[in-house]
Amino acid sequence: MSARLERAGAIVGLLVLWQLAVSLGRWPSYVLPGPIAVLESAIEGTTSGVLPAAVLKSLGRLALGYGLASSGGIALGIAMGRVPAVERAFGTLLTGLQSLPSICWMPLALLWFGLNEKAILFVVVIATLGTVALAVRDAVFGVPRLWLRAARSMGERGLSLWLRVVLPATLPGTITALRLGWSFAWRALMAGELLFVAGGLGQVMHVGRELNDMARVMAAMLVIAALGLVFDNVVLGFVEARTRRRWGLT
Amino acid sequence: MDIALKNVEKSFTGRDGKHTALANVTLEIPSGAFVCLLGPSGCGKTTVLNLVAGFETPDQGEVLVDGHRVDGPGPDRVVMFQDPALFPWLSVGENVAFPLQKRKLSPAERGERVDEALRVVHLYKFKHAQPHELSGGMRARAAIARALVMEPRIMLMDEPFAALDAQTRELLQVEIERVWQRTKATVVFVTHDNREAVRLATRVVVMGTRPGCVKLEVDVDQDLPRPRDPLDRNVNLLVTRVQRTLQAEIEKIAREESDERQTPPSRRGRGEPDLGRDI
Repeated sequence: MSARLERAGAIVGLLVLWQLAVSLGRWPSYVLPGPIAVLESAIEGTTSGVLPAAVLKSLGRLALGYGLASSGGIALGIAMGRVPAVERAFGTLLTGLQSLPSICWMPLALLWFGLNEKAILFVVVIATLGTVALAVRDAVFGVPRLWLRAARSMGERGLSLWLRVVLPATLPGTITALRLGWSFAWRALMAGELLFVAGGLGQVMHVGRELNDMARVMAAMLVIAALGLVFDNVVLGFVEARTRRRWGLT
Repeated sequence: MDIALKNVEKSFTGRDGKHTALANVTLEIPSGAFVCLLGPSGCGKTTVLNLVAGFETPDQGEVLVDGHRVDGPGPDRVVMFQDPALFPWLSVGENVAFPLQKRKLSPAERGERVDEALRVVHLYKFKHAQPHELSGGMRARAAIARALVMEPRIMLMDEPFAALDAQTRELLQVEIERVWQRTKATVVFVTHDNREAVRLATRVVVMGTRPGCVKLEVDVDQDLPRPRDPLDRNVNLLVTRVQRTLQAEIEKIAREESDERQTPPSRRGRGEPDLGRDI
């Protein structure tokens, strides 16, 4: 109860500070709109159908990109954990690519795929896949040798050892990998949508900027943060809490 | 099943170079024996166990089980570690059932065997609990149950009770003795507790260090009634004998280590304080 109070308190406090800063009247509303104006814009955007359509568009892209990247990333991560040759081939490469912000791929993606969905899908996948793969590989490497030895002395080996011991043992690490991947995918998507206009929440922000409608920009930002929070806490948080409870991790 | 080590040599390469864990170790363990391996740390007793388990291969010599060269781990030789190594994603019952998956058993038979093993170690009530909900002693018992369902003919135990308190350890010693008498399995039990060794073993093997080797093999009088009375005169005599051999080994290590320390570090003591050197 008090934890919830603290969380709500921090948000309310921030809103109050924000409104106070606006009330000072030092900045015009097209530079710093107040929380009320942003809320109004969000309501207006929702009733007019602009925001829901943008959310659906963005989430659709995300579902495809994130889905592809995480399944590919999990497969590649397991392959790297299992086969030393695959690890040697991709390990350093992916680690190197990690330091490259995903949006740097945008010019190439536009050139290769043109101004279309494929380009943005490419950027989302390339931002997410390596992150997930590396985190899953580390989870596989982190499986205690003791568990493997115990399983082998009980007659497990080969594929069955992997299915019955290694994969379940990497579950907590895989959830962390998916969580990381989610935030990478989300960021890549927003950057992509902001830069190259094709519907979605990024475009709402882009249009808001063109019209000097900062309330609209901030309303979109609010929606993005809320969506991220909901997925991270509700979906992944639920799976993670369940695993932690079962494993007795605290 | 009987176990034989013939002129086994094994060394490991560590940071400070190669070190010989076992040098020319020959050991014969007859079928149905309960052999306790005793010795100071670093004498290679765990290495002996890992060789028999098939986790390691010898550099020289042979490790034979029932006359066949050991080639990797297998379900005929179940291993118990100091950590019970239960899988946290499975319940206690599922953990105990884990090794049965490979056997051709009907679900009913499988369930019966799991229940029976859990009853033997008094954990039936905790069948649906998760491992982390059990105490350390209960987890060790769950590991014993998991070993039991496999009906192994060899049980290899690497200080399985070392992390437990004295009372729990005593209870589990009784438990493991019962299991051994029931299954007539061959047991190799690594410990550093000489009372535990004499209390359980049909034969105590004391190992020495640098390099690891067999120092003393004592057969424990089989007429001593089980469970053995720790106050019995014969038991105590044996404990003392084992203790002396161990003591000599431990003193040898201490002497060697102090010799190494006395070698003066070069260019030291010019009158300047030696502070902060290690930082």
